[in-house]
Amino acid sequence: MLRIEDLQVKIDEREVLKHIDLEIQPGETHILFGPNGSGKTTLLMTIMGYPQCRITAGKIFFKGRDITDMPINERARLGIGMSFQRPPTIHGLKTRQMVKICGDGQQVDVEALAGEMNFTDFLDRDINAGFSGGEIKRSELLQLMAQDADLLLFDEPESGVDLENISLIGHAISSLLQRDFRVDPDKTQIQKKKERTKMGLIITHTGFILDYVTADRGQVLFDGVMSCKSNPQEIFACIKKVGYEECIRCKI
Amino acid sequence: MQDLNEKALQAKDKKAALGPDVDLSSFTAEPVSHAYLENLTALPMADQSRMIEAGIDASGSGRSGTYIQKDTAVLHAHSSQEGLDVIPIKKALRDHSWVKDYYWKLASVDTDKYTAQAQLNLHDGYVIRARPGSRATYPVQACLYLEKENLSQYVHNLIIVEEGAELHVITGCATASHLKRGLHVGISEFFVGRNAKLSFTMIHHWAEEMMVRPRSVGIVEEGGLFLNNYISMKPVRSLQMYPTTHLVGKGAVSRFYSLLVGAPGSELDVGGRIFLKEEETRAEVIARAISNGGTIVSRGDLIGEKPGIKAHLECKGLLLKGGVIHAIPELQGMVEGVEMSHEAAVGKIAQEEIFYLMSRGLTEAEATSTIVRGFLNVDIPGLPPQLKEEIDRAVEMSEKELM
Repeated sequence: MLRIEDLQVKIDEREVLKHIDLEIQPGETHILFGPNGSGKTTLLMTIMGYPQCRITAGKIFFKGRDITDMPINERARLGIGMSFQRPPTIHGLKTRQMVKICGDGQQVDVEALAGEMNFTDFLDRDINAGFSGGEIKRSELLQLMAQDADLLLFDEPESGVDLENISLIGHAISSLLQRDFRVDPDKTQIQKKKERTKMGLIITHTGFILDYVTADRGQVLFDGVMSCKSNPQEIFACIKKVGYEECIRCKI
Repeated sequence: MQDLNEKALQAKDKKAALGPDVDLSSFTAEPVSHAYLENLTALPMADQSRMIEAGIDASGSGRSGTYIQKDTAVLHAHSSQEGLDVIPIKKALRDHSWVKDYYWKLASVDTDKYTAQAQLNLHDGYVIRARPGSRATYPVQACLYLEKENLSQYVHNLIIVEEGAELHVITGCATASHLKRGLHVGISEFFVGRNAKLSFTMIHHWAEEMMVRPRSVGIVEEGGLFLNNYISMKPVRSLQMYPTTHLVGKGAVSRFYSLLVGAPGSELDVGGRIFLKEEETRAEVIARAISNGGTIVSRGDLIGEKPGIKAHLECKGLLLKGGVIHAIPELQGMVEGVEMSHEAAVGKIAQEEIFYLMSRGLTEAEATSTIVRGFLNVDIPGLPPQLKEEIDRAVEMSEKELM
């Protein structure tokens, strides 16, 4: 379980997140909505442990441990994984090697995973070097598949993705979150749902991802404040109708 | 010879254009004798392991030929391939009249006091010649090894690849583990004939008080390819070299790659200069420099003299723990219709890259070393896999010290 209590975060001297509370139970996926600059990415980076997101108050617990001051790599080892929106290029580091790094020395079948993401041709290219928007997403998801994290953070997984790839990406996310409803001869769908452990937190700006991934809850982050908790479809329908401008009224 | 000696004498006090001046009289050039070895496995294990670090395998397996020189004496020279000669240069100058067509034909004996002394005090060196159309299955290895403290080693090497031939050479220069101070001066002249292919990979493995002054010039004829790879990742007091290649035939190609590490107290001044003298010639000079506290000057100079040439220069520097990296890329277009570019960057490792790797589970130290390894991982098209492995090994071994 992920539990965030009264979290306050500053970047440089600017207060970006204000009194955030959030709880994601095992098996749950939450959708995070919000306009540009509302602090969504900062929240994900803070959960991942990026030091530029300076926690001034509050706590983060994961799997029963206080991870508020834990370094990034230890959080990754504890089971937190993130799909970045604009990851950096690392020259000379091949994508294949990066996927192996994510697998942490365990026997990862890089070729098979890359095949699933239609990414085999990129394995011998430097990670993120000249990748298009959609290629970055496929690469990020491929890495998360190898990492096999328990809490998956997705920063706008549909942004910059062409129509051809959006369903590929949507299905990959569903599968990572154990929400692909694939028929298993030994297990009913109810059993599979009960045994679901993976947690997800997905930032979406456009809501397109909701066509492919089911979610339990939606939240709106507006100006650093969690201003709304509801069914994600309902939130999305509301935003489509009235826009984020209305959030200001709910906040007051 | 008389002529060369006269010119050398005139230049014997001529300082080099670049790099700190070396007091030659503080070293001894007296020849040191070592017995010739038919079987190199008779070499002391300590020497063998130092040579392995510089890419030289005493067993000779996976090699088409071997030349090993210790101090001033030739320990071994042989070729196991038809159409391939591996001969000590003194013997070659004595026995074969054709050598004179190559000796000092590209490099000038009066360039500076180092070239002059290499003529006046020639200790030895190798001649490697691939006959027309010959194709060596494996690379040829050559090792210039220094064991005697405070020796100045003067060598002269000729590499000749005749029309249509293909040759790969790995040269390892190394010092015995106890050696601290010495001077190495190596003259190298490369002749790449029509449609011939030469890859030359040099791994330097010096000691903390070593002074090193290689002087090399190459020529590539029509349709020829010359790959010149250089790796220096161990401490060295002062190293200065600016190898030059002339592309004189249509479609000739030359590519220089260097990987440099500047340890504290080391001063490296390394460049690559390529003259593109004929149409459709191509040149590339690529350098990766890491300073760990040392000083590195990374130079490159491309001179385009004919329309339709293409040339690119890339100097990338990484400051890991202090030190100085000075990138000096130069392009000279002499006519219209040349296509020349350069890219130079000096900086430290981006935090963002470290965090990205940490988010995949690596510690900060592991992330840093992964980024450094990537930085040094340059794709060299046309290099045989055995030599790629040697380069990777040299990088891997020095990585631990670097971190």
